[in-house]
Amino acid sequence: MTSANNTTTHDEREPSEIELLLPWYAAGTLDPDETRQVEAALSRDPELASRYEWVRAEFAQETAIGETAGEPSPGDARTLFAKIDALPVRRTNPSAGLSARVAEFLMSVTPRTLAWSAAAAALVIMLQAGLLAGFVFQTKSQGGYQTASVPTTAPTEGSYVLIRFQPQATAADISAFLETNKLSIVGGPAGGQLFQVRVAPAKLSQADLTRIVNTLQNDKVVGFIAAAY
Amino acid sequence: MQTISDEVLIAKIAKGDRLAMEALFARYRIPVFRFVKRMVRNETTAEDLNSDVFLDVWRQAGTFEGRSAVSTWIFAIARFKALNALQRRPTEELDEEKADTIADDADDPEIALAKKDKAAVLRQCLLKLTAEHREIVNLVYYQHRSVEEVAGIVGIPEATVKTRMFYARKKLSELLAEQGIERGWP
Repeated sequence: MTSANNTTTHDEREPSEIELLLPWYAAGTLDPDETRQVEAALSRDPELASRYEWVRAEFAQETAIGETAGEPSPGDARTLFAKIDALPVRRTNPSAGLSARVAEFLMSVTPRTLAWSAAAAALVIMLQAGLLAGFVFQTKSQGGYQTASVPTTAPTEGSYVLIRFQPQATAADISAFLETNKLSIVGGPAGGQLFQVRVAPAKLSQADLTRIVNTLQNDKVVGFIAAAY
Repeated sequence: MQTISDEVLIAKIAKGDRLAMEALFARYRIPVFRFVKRMVRNETTAEDLNSDVFLDVWRQAGTFEGRSAVSTWIFAIARFKALNALQRRPTEELDEEKADTIADDADDPEIALAKKDKAAVLRQCLLKLTAEHREIVNLVYYQHRSVEEVAGIVGIPEATVKTRMFYARKKLSELLAEQGIERGWP
């Protein structure tokens, strides 16, 4: 992170298009072409790269705010469906939702595709539990929902980072990465395919954790990594 | 392994399928709750709004035309309800929020301690952003919404999304500067 002394100069100019995209680059939501452009700019512009460190810090802290925001109470489904039951019986609108009905049709005739996020989640289960089965999205009438969020009941002991793996990383790559660096996935994936990963069983200092983050981010399987304080 | 798409669930919900509604609710209840809570900064209000959002999803599923992703539609409903709730808040609550955004001249011991930890100060500054800025920061950083998706949720052009995010970050720089952390532009 930098403390730019020439703030006045900067204040007088408009941000570049690449600079505007940095938050989405940090979040991993740019398309491949924009991602390449940002990466090229970061590699040739040290000042931009140093400003990007602040973006990463913002991303990590907003993620922390979100993950500690809690969850709705367990009875929220009951409350919702009580409200739904209290509504007058509705008639189905046959002309609406064309795209949805097309999607439903396609879903019924094409092979199921395996989303990367689901594959990654299955990988976590296999790695952590040693099982050779994926997980199936299930719904239950009462409770028991499976969501894509990082559990808010995160363990309090230890030191953690948030990692998004490269989409092209294979299960073997990730497995080797975790084993080599003695890491354990303890949660996720949250939105944006972020996994909560324990890097040490004890609470490390900020400096030590930053050192580990800097080391791990050079690994080819890591797309994004930030310390989770 | 099978993941039912949001679009398929909405089509089923439009036909009155409660199981599909449960599945969609399970998928989005926490992200939407956290987004709304970030906006209104009140747990009870957020929980009430969350329920109202999905009640609207149930009611309006038949009108969903697929011009945007289902998640964009749901977050747009959530944002609309959160903004309405903010407008309905009593004056004294608004005054408290405004006071939160004003920097203290004298640091209490807690703030002084926090200054030693940039991450903690940054987090405090994020919490002090206005509703307009914290909504976009949350959508981009926490909800992982693309420029196009944020434009759909907030109802503004994509170019405006980028500049609004930039000015939210600029405001963040100002708040950091008030806490003694100069990071330059933005």
